[in-house]
Amino acid sequence: MAAARLLQAVVPRFRCLGSLGKAAPSTSQLSSRLYGTLLAPEANQQMDPTVINDKLITEPLRHPDFFNVKELFSLKELFDARVHLGHKKGCRHGFMEPYIFGCRLDQDIIDLDQTMKHLQLALNFTAHVAYRKGIILFISRNRQFGHLVEVTARDCGEYAHTRYWQGGLLTNAHIQYGTGIRLPDLLIFISTLNNVFEPHVAIRDAAKMNIPTVGVVDTNCNPSIITYPIPGNDDSPQAVELYCRLFKMTITRAKNKRKQMEVLYGLQNKADSS
Amino acid sequence: MTLRLIYTTTAVQKRNVAASGPEKYTEAFIKNQIEEFNLGKRHLANMMGEDPETFTQEDIDKAIAYLFPSGLFEKRARPIMKHPTEIFPKQKAIQWGEDHRPFHFLFYTGKQSFYSLMHEIYGKLLDIQKYEDHLRAQSLLAENRKLINLIGSRWLIKEELEEMLVEKLSDHDYSMCIQLLERLVTLPCCGIEEEYVLKFRRELAIQLKKMVIEPLQYDEQGVAFSTGEGKRKTSRATAVIYDNGSGKITVNGVDYLYYFPVMQDREQLMFPFQFLDRLGIHDMICTVSGGGRSSQAGAIRLASARALCSFITENEVEFMRQAGLLTADPRVRERKKPGQEGARRKFTWKKR
Repeated sequence: MAAARLLQAVVPRFRCLGSLGKAAPSTSQLSSRLYGTLLAPEANQQMDPTVINDKLITEPLRHPDFFNVKELFSLKELFDARVHLGHKKGCRHGFMEPYIFGCRLDQDIIDLDQTMKHLQLALNFTAHVAYRKGIILFISRNRQFGHLVEVTARDCGEYAHTRYWQGGLLTNAHIQYGTGIRLPDLLIFISTLNNVFEPHVAIRDAAKMNIPTVGVVDTNCNPSIITYPIPGNDDSPQAVELYCRLFKMTITRAKNKRKQMEVLYGLQNKADSS
Repeated sequence: MTLRLIYTTTAVQKRNVAASGPEKYTEAFIKNQIEEFNLGKRHLANMMGEDPETFTQEDIDKAIAYLFPSGLFEKRARPIMKHPTEIFPKQKAIQWGEDHRPFHFLFYTGKQSFYSLMHEIYGKLLDIQKYEDHLRAQSLLAENRKLINLIGSRWLIKEELEEMLVEKLSDHDYSMCIQLLERLVTLPCCGIEEEYVLKFRRELAIQLKKMVIEPLQYDEQGVAFSTGEGKRKTSRATAVIYDNGSGKITVNGVDYLYYFPVMQDREQLMFPFQFLDRLGIHDMICTVSGGGRSSQAGAIRLASARALCSFITENEVEFMRQAGLLTADPRVRERKKPGQEGARRKFTWKKR
């Protein structure tokens, strides 16, 4: 628990991976005044826990693919799950054109090579967020898969929101929930559109609150504001099951890795001190 | 890149007291209040000279009304002494742990208990469908139909559901929930989840006021008789009908020809007998009080019809009921309203 509190003191609110190590108390107080979510850091910090926490946090950031998410999926798996199938040419969004491979009989085909790259980046990012004990919120307004997404979130130990989005959930959280609430640190969109085929309000709100987003964008979606878009199909059941499985595996993997590392560094510290 | 605070006013930093919502009572505070209440209860019992052990809430209310007499009209403004759980509103416990991660996985939806209930019900629906598919594959579906018996019960109303979930619901949410439950109940194999579904049903209190037909009584000479009561407007009547008679009717000790000089009232008295073709067969002795001439006649008519039910068959009772002889007339005098001349009559309207 002490490690968790120190960790929150260390990780600044806007999640730049470049700014590592412990933030100075003044900046975290600054962010708490402006964003209002972070606790004040503990005043009494001993030497050894800070060293351990430094290592715990900096170590994964040295490797491009620390959690080895590349092995979780292959091009063939994506193809079999029909991830490459997009909507018709008339539904195409202008900003999705770079991600589209081509058009066959009026149906858009998404470029799976680009999808592989984006998926690897997104899964890597979620793994890092889960490793550092961030709160992840799954969002999908597709009624066909709402139950599946909720079940996935519950199995990971994270949170889900597949219902009507109340306007002030992120931006008005202190009044709706009370003070002391911690907002999600990552939003994962299984479908970026809501029931009227408009971009989900949460994309804009997350951008306003400086919360990074990962989202599966289909050919009729707007990928511009999403931090880690994943061009791919969001309507086939097989594709959505694949995404849920992948996210669940990465998050559980990252959490297990975190436990392992804590144990490892705990032992190392004991070995060093004795 | 770090953010630098350039300039803010104190207005931004001042806490918005109004926006913090209703007062929050900590658990320690409530516990304190409960201890104080119990001590105060014992003191009050001693003051009133009662036994502190058996001092109930009604005794407390009476004692407070005696010790602090108040002439205020508003009952809620008078001094009260009740258990703190009734006074301080129930608060939801803090929903997140030490590391500030919420406990419930649907916390960020805002209505976590309601949506988790919907999630659960939908999960059960999917389970039932899977079970049905399993049976259908082995072609055993036709034999294993298990339906839930919904007769004599109703779904929870919105207030009861809100009470169950400790959360405010909107009408739309409630209707969605009931629709989902209805959908679950229509599946052929829903019997698997019967006890779960019955949690959302309440028994209907069926009030069938069946008319009790009194059996015939016999007096000393062996003559069958029966009694009946009736009312109309402010009149109350009791009638005793004897068998083996000649159609004599006595009202308040006086013959009916003298008591009701008007033909219309006597026709009212005759109506039940005429309807059943028993005009010269029965004797009647009745007492009536209150009301005027017409309402007394109506009251006796009802009383005699009710008394006659003992002499006749079930079908004839049904015919009488259909004819309106057994229904008490609910019409009473409507009060006069201020600003009008009568109950409905308005004052004369003058254009200028």
